[in-house]
Amino acid sequence: MTGSLHRFANPARFQRLSQAVLPWFAGGTVIAFVIGLYLALFGSPPDYQQGETVRIMYVHVPAAWMALGAYTTMALASAVALIWRHRLADLVAQSAAPIGAGFTVIALATGMLWGQPMWGTFWVWDARLTSVLVLLFLYLGYIALINAFDDPERGARAGAILALVGWINVPIVKFSVDWWNTLHQPASISRFAKPALHPSIMTPLLVMAIAFMLLFATLLLLRVRTATVEQRLRTLAMARARS
Amino acid sequence: MTAFFVLIRRDLALSARQAADALVAVMFAVLVVVLFPFGIGPEADILSRISAGVVWVAALLAAMLSLDRLFQADHDDGSLEQLALGPLPLWALALAKATAHWLVTGLPLIVASPILAIMLQMPTAGLATLVLAMALGTPCFSLLGAIGAALVLGARRGGVLVAFLILPLAIPVLIFGAAATEAALTAQEAAPHLMLLGACLLASLALAPAAAAAGLRQALG
Amino acid sequence: MNRLLEAEGLVGGRSGHTLFGPLDLALAAGGALRVTGGNGSGKSTLLRLLAGLLDPMSGVVRANAALRYLGHHDAVKPSFTVAENLIFWRRFNGSGSSASALAAVGLDRLAATPARYLSAGQRRRLALARTLDPAAPIWLLDEPTNGLDAASIAMLEAALARHRGAGGIAVVATHAAILLPEAQTLELGLT
Repeated sequence: MTGSLHRFANPARFQRLSQAVLPWFAGGTVIAFVIGLYLALFGSPPDYQQGETVRIMYVHVPAAWMALGAYTTMALASAVALIWRHRLADLVAQSAAPIGAGFTVIALATGMLWGQPMWGTFWVWDARLTSVLVLLFLYLGYIALINAFDDPERGARAGAILALVGWINVPIVKFSVDWWNTLHQPASISRFAKPALHPSIMTPLLVMAIAFMLLFATLLLLRVRTATVEQRLRTLAMARARS
Repeated sequence: MTAFFVLIRRDLALSARQAADALVAVMFAVLVVVLFPFGIGPEADILSRISAGVVWVAALLAAMLSLDRLFQADHDDGSLEQLALGPLPLWALALAKATAHWLVTGLPLIVASPILAIMLQMPTAGLATLVLAMALGTPCFSLLGAIGAALVLGARRGGVLVAFLILPLAIPVLIFGAAATEAALTAQEAAPHLMLLGACLLASLALAPAAAAAGLRQALG
Repeated sequence: MNRLLEAEGLVGGRSGHTLFGPLDLALAAGGALRVTGGNGSGKSTLLRLLAGLLDPMSGVVRANAALRYLGHHDAVKPSFTVAENLIFWRRFNGSGSSASALAAVGLDRLAATPARYLSAGQRRRLALARTLDPAAPIWLLDEPTNGLDAASIAMLEAALARHRGAGGIAVVATHAAILLPEAQTLELGLT
């Protein structure tokens, strides 16, 4: 009995806390996006080389950052779940995965849209795009694994191990893809322009990055809240079936 | 220590009883390689150009093919829990199983790789490096595969899932392995690629048994 | 008092749901525990906890000697002969000769037969031959009589008596009426 009380206590506190901060996160997301998109679309000059196409970067780069950020969140939450057997951490990891996969898809799609005018084709085996593509497979593998078990707890634990293994692997994959790219890529193809660190570019980029972070936090909170409620419903249904 | 080798010997004996099952992996690699000339035509220069990559991809796919049985059979008939209660820690158990898997599938692939390469018109200058790189790369496949095989225990559709989980993780091995062979063919230095491949092997040896053990632990619980 | 197997405050469960406990157990040399209870009451979970295959939700288990566990599955490889199956496990566990073990379960004449030709009861006897290992003082048997005929059950009872006489202990989870003189009894699922 004490055991089940303990399991209820934590999610309940989380529900209260998340209820309080959620409006702030959601509001902040909207404000940051309004400012960021204005700066990105109207408040910054076109690039002297890329023209208006440079504006895609203001979505692409933050999305790619958050694709990695969400995976790191997933790995950290998985580590907490494995070491301390914390149920909420499992839910955080599982809830972060589809959001991260979404950011990865956005990064890939904007990368392709950017590539069409720049490279004359939607897909080039550019080192960064390729790494992001592998990251998408890591996400999809994780999501497939956690859903492949009849017992959700088994799926959660298997997923946590995979998330950690994948996280260790991400830099290795990145390094190997860069290595592969320098071996095979003729140097003439232009890469994604490194931000020139000019304030006119940096400001919208940073605001957009903050907007994406807030969006991630908001979506994550929402998903974890839903998952917590679902889990409590399951527990209650089981308890009713037993009594 | 004895238990470690007793387990490897048992797995080898089991594979020997079902030799056809064990050879399926190599036959699969041969078949994949044979498909390429049908797909892209028999022109020697094109085949020769892609030979290193195709042999590596075929080897990787073949190694994946047999992975789902790595722990599954022992899990299903109750042997896995008996093994877990034995004198070996779980990581040593995973290492022994991965070693047996490599001896049964990796070793034949290494032996077959020069033949496959020759079928794809690879110049003989690359063969020695190919075999060396395969010797470093195939154990990585078995070790990484052991993680996947442990994670999918008890899952629905385990077989496809293992490949889906492990193939992205094996990309670095594929890149360095193919690059080493490629370098030897273009008279460049293969050593840096081989060293990176060796580093992959060391990292897999250090980390994969522990990760697979964590997977086994959750499958037993 | 030399306790071979003890548990304190043991709470067991599956998938986050408590099945039984907290309970305390202690078995000294020669002791035996019969675990009964309906389906789903947690008999198998208790044995897996005692074996160390599962982690308890709370509490501790201390096994102070080597143990053998018989689960629902027989861990028999069909392509190995009866003798090969047994010899592998004895070597893997580092315990001594298996010469008399097959005779003890009445399988000595089938030693060279591939295990795929065995009946369910014969496979269970082979699993028993693996488990009833004199090198291990603690035997944990989960439904050992599944598929066994009366003669085989009598043989199991005799083996348990010999084992306890030699200072071993046994925990037996069973529905069946198996002779286990002076055993403690634990009925799960009464809460």
